[in-house]
Amino acid sequence: MAWEDDWRRVRAIAKKDLTTELRAKAGFNGVASLAVTILILLGLALGPDADALRNAAVGAVWLATLFSGVLAFNRSFQVELESGALEPLLLYPGPRWTIFAGKLLANFTFVSLMVAIVMAAGIVLFGITIPARWPMILAVVALGVVGLVVLGTFYASMASRSRAREVLLPLLLFPMLVPVLLAATTASKALLGADLMHEAGAWTRLLIGYDLVFLIATFIAFEHVIEA
Amino acid sequence: MSSKPDDQLMLDSGLSSETRTAPPPRTSVLFGFIAFAALIAAQVFSILTSPAEGDMGHLQKIMYVHVPAAWMAFISFFVVLAFSVRYLWQKRENDDLLAASAAEVGATFTGLTLMLGMIWGRPAWGVWWVWDARLTSTLVLFLIFVGYLALRAFVDDAEQRARWSAAVGAIGAINVPIVYMSVKWWRTLHQPPSSPATLDPAYTMGLRLNAIALLLVTIYFIRKRYEIARLERAVEHLAEAAAMGGK
Amino acid sequence: MARLLARAPLRAPHSMYNGQPDQAIDARGIGRRFGIRWVLRGVTFGVGRGEVAALLGPNGSGKSTVLRILGTLLRPNAGTATVNGRDIVAQAASVRGQVGYLAHTPGLYDDLTARENLLFAADMLGLPHASVDGNLARVGLGEVAGSRVRGFSAGMQRRLALARLIMRSPSVLLLDEPYANLDENGVELMNSVIRDVIASGGAALLALHELAPARAILDRTLTLIEGRIATTNSERAVRERASLATV
Repeated sequence: MAWEDDWRRVRAIAKKDLTTELRAKAGFNGVASLAVTILILLGLALGPDADALRNAAVGAVWLATLFSGVLAFNRSFQVELESGALEPLLLYPGPRWTIFAGKLLANFTFVSLMVAIVMAAGIVLFGITIPARWPMILAVVALGVVGLVVLGTFYASMASRSRAREVLLPLLLFPMLVPVLLAATTASKALLGADLMHEAGAWTRLLIGYDLVFLIATFIAFEHVIEA
Repeated sequence: MSSKPDDQLMLDSGLSSETRTAPPPRTSVLFGFIAFAALIAAQVFSILTSPAEGDMGHLQKIMYVHVPAAWMAFISFFVVLAFSVRYLWQKRENDDLLAASAAEVGATFTGLTLMLGMIWGRPAWGVWWVWDARLTSTLVLFLIFVGYLALRAFVDDAEQRARWSAAVGAIGAINVPIVYMSVKWWRTLHQPPSSPATLDPAYTMGLRLNAIALLLVTIYFIRKRYEIARLERAVEHLAEAAAMGGK
Repeated sequence: MARLLARAPLRAPHSMYNGQPDQAIDARGIGRRFGIRWVLRGVTFGVGRGEVAALLGPNGSGKSTVLRILGTLLRPNAGTATVNGRDIVAQAASVRGQVGYLAHTPGLYDDLTARENLLFAADMLGLPHASVDGNLARVGLGEVAGSRVRGFSAGMQRRLALARLIMRSPSVLLLDEPYANLDENGVELMNSVIRDVIASGGAALLALHELAPARAILDRTLTLIEGRIATTNSERAVRERASLATV
């Protein structure tokens, strides 16, 4: 059954990415540490007034996530490029979208873990009180992470193989993530407060639409960009 | 080095018929003249016939370039989307060159829109920049174009460059309405929009004329840029034929 | 010495280019450039079923590029090629299923163990996990199956890459410097794998910069100079093997 074979490939790639990254010395720990460091620097740059920090908290968490996320995405293709493993990977039978799907799963796991750590640090450093509606906030964050991972993985598949990959990935990715950034931060801020204008629902729907549109678009486009 | 004529070189080299391209198109100089003349005429007409606006006086007339320029940027982006998708579908090199030409022209018009918006804004609002919906969306659009052009600059292999920019161009173009919508929501919930494009009926005629004239200019620019790109590719193909056919 | 005498009987020398549709490898006018440098400028040759051919040439002559193009990892800028009658561009997926490509770099995951690397390959190939240990033993890595590849020597990595290649059951081998970093046992292992493929009606193309380890199995040599096949020698290979046999 072709679908089972493909799903097997997706799981194999996700498992391989997760295993190699967790075993690599400077892997996930480095990226998560960087995210928290950026958060601390933002706190220093925007503070020390407690009110200012509280207002800036959501934005700071997302910025720290974005900047470290770029590293994580480049790394997910770095592992293939370092040892020349991309060529054998492309020579296996089966559709290419399985490679994309496997990497998406692995990256989603990593970035979710990282976001959890950064949020915890943000709550502490920026003085957030956790509201009753925190599950909704988690849902918004999860949807934001999906958008980030989908586009980040997609652009990294190209940027990691070009010259100036450190510049090219953020340059391509960040303008595209503007809707995610606006939606996630505005909805989160609303939910942290009273959400007087009931805007969180509208922003959540925007995020869902965004995620669906780009999930489909990148799946279709990946086939064309993964070849050398 | 072989002394065969170029055509013979290309045939001998066994290049597929797709790479043996038709001669690059010639953009009519007359068309260029007409386009620019139309633009000048439309500008003169608008400046002379429109009344001074209440608050901003004659500064409002900057809209006659600013607004059409924004529209041209969006049209260019749509051209990029159309030909990027077509390239991914049919892999015809000319589609990639046309998309890239439209992207360059679109980036220029986006930059122009931003500059004019800021020039209008300084006397009107007292500051060089406000985070209003239209300006901010245009800025993000500009960055998406810049990313597309940067990608092209960093990839050397022509076929890979075409595939990658087609994917990036198409996906970037899909995001344009989403960016616009999200920035608008972000602003309108907190502040009413303000920009120089107030559509008082006294201005619409001039606006339409300028839009049509600028459209002609845009078409001329894109075609000219495309012609240059085709010439560059033709030179590369000759070099290819020489490398393959010569001894 | 006894091993050399006991190898497969000599095959009749093939002509430089047969042009038969059922060739294992049939390359015509392959051209490839990187930037403005044309590495391959019209490579034309054929490898028949049951044949082992060596591609010789100085460093940077494009031997690896030829293999990568035939293995569908790179697209040619000019020319066409078929592997087992299937076009490398139009039927790339089908070609991939037939070909076993061994690159110069091992292409393994350093942080996974030898067994995990092959288990991953088994998952990607749709093979049962049980086959992995047998292949590890065949290449002499049974003892270190649970060790991470990062600690392996270059020769061990090449053996593991060979095990992965065997799992694909290829009918056409494209081997880039297959004997690099291999000791005498490793060379014999490589040759035995090649012989197995040949015995099942397959073919092999080896990119080499020295002939010595392959002399026992070679039928033909092709020399790549300035992007073209300059010479093809079956007589010389025959003579060399004959002279070795009489020592």
